[in-house]
Amino acid sequence: MAKGRVSIVVERCKACGFCVEFCPTKVLALSSAFNSKGYHPPHVVHPEKCSGCDLCGMYCPDFAIYATKVLAGGGDR
Amino acid sequence: MPGSLINDLGNPVEPFLRSDRMPHIWCPGCGIGTTVNSFARALIESKIDLQSLALVSGIGCTGRVAGYVKLDSFHTTHGRAIPFATGLKLANPKLNVVVYSGDGDLSAIGGNHLIHAARRNIDLKVICVNNLIYAMTGGQTAPTTPDHSITSTNPYGVFEPSFNLPHLVEAAGAVYVARWTTFHVRQLSRSISEAFQKKGFSFIEVISPCPTLYQRRNKLGDGLDAMKYYKEKSKVRHGAPTNEVGLTMTGEIVVGKFVDRDRPDYQTMMRTQYTESLGERFVEQPEMVCDCS
Ligand SMILES: Cc1ncc(C[n+]2csc(CCOP(=O)(O)OP(=O)(O)O)c2C)c(N)n1
Ligand code: SF4
Ligand code: SF4
Ligand code: SF4
Ligand SMILES: [Mg+2]
Repeated sequence: MAKGRVSIVVERCKACGFCVEFCPTKVLALSSAFNSKGYHPPHVVHPEKCSGCDLCGMYCPDFAIYATKVLAGGGDR
Repeated sequence: MPGSLINDLGNPVEPFLRSDRMPHIWCPGCGIGTTVNSFARALIESKIDLQSLALVSGIGCTGRVAGYVKLDSFHTTHGRAIPFATGLKLANPKLNVVVYSGDGDLSAIGGNHLIHAARRNIDLKVICVNNLIYAMTGGQTAPTTPDHSITSTNPYGVFEPSFNLPHLVEAAGAVYVARWTTFHVRQLSRSISEAFQKKGFSFIEVISPCPTLYQRRNKLGDGLDAMKYYKEKSKVRHGAPTNEVGLTMTGEIVVGKFVDRDRPDYQTMMRTQYTESLGERFVEQPEMVCDCS
């Protein structure tokens, strides 16, 4: 099971590709869909490979993507 | 998802942003936003009391940071971020004062303030986003623009020598000097955290893409191309002699922590001097209290 989950704020994205290029496990790809400004935001192509490292979030100059760790076994933290 | 829970606390940078001002005006592939991520992580890591933090910018694309962060911040006039920040620090020594500005703002019009704040060892944390150009005003040659670059003011190529900022500030007296690029997001964040531990003039240079007004004229591609160049051509050399870390247009970029030393900061020197010459007649300034909540 994936250790992380990515969230994408599609409307903030300017399609620079930083997140796609520097995700260590190649979870992301730029999609063919448009946001309202005409950019192609990324989408998740390999959800199972996401470690939740949040490097995509650190690289994104537009604060449009971030990742969270999935806590196995539940709990309320 | 049964048996698991997403610990979704949202984007870690969000609490530090004026979200109502997003999306920001920076171009696609501009690196300034990436530096803000590293800065936010450093604030979290170093557990800085946000009430004791002030961020000061000059003018330029980078100067816009002051308007986008949800912190006590001030967007000063061009080149005057350091004098404004110096005043804040002198009036209220308990503040953590960060100067966040561009290469042109800090080293051209503000160049005198930069060297003298380093010489006096004013306790400021300076984050200099170096995109090698005056970006906001149309891509004019800055003191940092590498040799042979094409700019709007040097359409036939830059021929004047450029500043090597780490060397300049080390010579002037900075106690902490590091350089990273926007590819080095974690290292940058760690350096900013380290600077918060230092007392004195700290200077962190971040090489950052400006696809619109530097790279396009020089056929250097887009923001992602710059990031790939940083990844490929950066060499980490902690402690490298700063006279060896000058930048060229497409050559190696030496990154790392170059200087980490201690010497008394301005206010410590002032206190020592006054105590020595005035003895008991020297009275500490009462602490400034802002009652404007
Ligand atoms: C007194 C004064 N002179 C000139 C300007 C025009 N000006 C605004 S920003 C800027 C250069 C900014 O360059 P830099 O600090 O590198 O910021 P960047 O836009 O590259 O992030 C200049 C010359 C000004 N605003 N005020
Ligand atoms: S959190 Fe890490 S692994 Fe997951 S998409 Fe982002 S960069 Fe890739
Ligand atoms: S890094 Fe951010 S702006 Fe760039 S493509 Fe990814 S989500 Fe979009
Ligand atoms: S002009 Fe250059 S520095 Fe300014 S926002 Fe655009 S890419 Fe960034
Ligand atoms: Mg600049």
